[in-house]
Amino acid sequence: MVTKKGVVAANFVDAGTKRADTRATPDPRAATSYCLLAGPIANPTHTFIRWWNAPSAAEGTWRNDRPMIPPAFDYVRPVDLGEALRILKEREGDAKVLSGGFSLLPLMKLRLAQPALLVDLRDVTDLDGISRVGDEFRIGGRATHRRILEDAALGAALPIMRDAAAGIGDPQIRNWGTIGGSVAHADPAADWPAVLQALHASIVVQSVDGERVVPARGFFVDTFVTGIEPTEILTEIRIPVPGKGSGGSYQKLERRAGDFSTVGCAVQLTIGGDGRISQIGIGLTAVGDAPFAATKAEDALRGAKPSAEIFREAAGAASRQSRPADDSHGPAEYKRAMVTEMTTRALDAALVRAKG
Amino acid sequence: MTTHHIRVTVNGTEREADVEPRLLLVHLLRENFGLTGTHVGCDTSNCGACTIHVNGTSAKSCTMLAVQADGTDIKTIEGMADGATLHPLQQAFWDQHGLQCGFCTPGMIMQSAWLLGQNDDPTEDEIRAGISGNLCRCTGYVNIVKSIQQAAGELRAAGQAE
Repeated sequence: MVTKKGVVAANFVDAGTKRADTRATPDPRAATSYCLLAGPIANPTHTFIRWWNAPSAAEGTWRNDRPMIPPAFDYVRPVDLGEALRILKEREGDAKVLSGGFSLLPLMKLRLAQPALLVDLRDVTDLDGISRVGDEFRIGGRATHRRILEDAALGAALPIMRDAAAGIGDPQIRNWGTIGGSVAHADPAADWPAVLQALHASIVVQSVDGERVVPARGFFVDTFVTGIEPTEILTEIRIPVPGKGSGGSYQKLERRAGDFSTVGCAVQLTIGGDGRISQIGIGLTAVGDAPFAATKAEDALRGAKPSAEIFREAAGAASRQSRPADDSHGPAEYKRAMVTEMTTRALDAALVRAKG
Repeated sequence: MTTHHIRVTVNGTEREADVEPRLLLVHLLRENFGLTGTHVGCDTSNCGACTIHVNGTSAKSCTMLAVQADGTDIKTIEGMADGATLHPLQQAFWDQHGLQCGFCTPGMIMQSAWLLGQNDDPTEDEIRAGISGNLCRCTGYVNIVKSIQQAAGELRAAGQAE
């Protein structure tokens, strides 16, 4: 099944059906196939743990039922981007792009993704870099989390990028996992999507037919679903360089080191010459079907003088706009309270950095 | 599905294999090459027991395909000792009781070796952050941290002596 959203969506519908069957308590949101994608599947590891712990007598032996080897697929390692794009076009809907692999391979082991062909971008090394071109930073899709963490110019201008990179996975995962892979994968509990929305970044995708530049806001359509077509590759992230008086912070609540976010909040704010907030971006992680911009909170802050009261009001608006699900990270009510807390912390930290 | 012919250098020795694309790197090492020092723990890239070096960078080999490693230089726990002389990290884990059951130890040592390559004088916090992707269910990490501190000191002294 190839939908406009790509073959991945089809894979997840199939997998979601299977997963829902094995859960002890049916998810009330699983009434439609669309909603099978939501909520508890947000975190592959927790999905796996839930699946592993579920009774399986009706489903045969665990060896068949809970495989840790991915299903068979073909593999190709193109020498450059052009060849990769041609292959994606020829195999439209069949192929998935492999970057670091630390998101995709766990899903393939669980049969939540079953591509017929993996197109490994390992040798497409011209997507690895980070540079500044005019008023924007350009981060290659294959730049690893570690490279982002260690890039001095990026970290100095946008410390929020260091905040986020430092909290992703663990050192081994940061060594190999890439920003493009994470963004294209679009786990609602992944950290980059909220950060990119707070920064009003753009996402560059290429196909054999050319290039599209898509605003990060609007790119994340649903759980694991983005605006990327099956024939496109995410090649670059573009982030405007913040002006004077700007500061940002990413605050992540995790149950233990290296875990996915329970709640995450990204804030980038700019204080104008009149002491008022002239620009504001707030992105939230793990409290919706897709990561989203907390626009109600932004509206409350734009043009206001920063104060504890207005920050509290905005954090409340962010919480009310969030739609968290009950899962192994905690009940929705707890997560909504944590949105208030993490948004307040991110605003406070961003303001400190904005004042320099 | 077609098989792929891959060549890798493992602990200084060139090796070749015909592999299915879905073969995980850790299984290539353990089952094709008989290098069972690298352990499979969680199989979900959480626990770090399968940590090895690929082109000098630490990686969790349960979440990498063997075909992805084609042409790379791989180092595993079997490549750490020099004949009968243990690597300073191995010796330090022995001296400081940095293990009990030993299941996590190969991954712990490979990750520590990568960490000390990045930072030869890490603080305790930096050590704990550096091994945050490696789980030990026995030691409570205290003796592992001591082991890495001992090895860091010895490696620095050896570096200065050269």
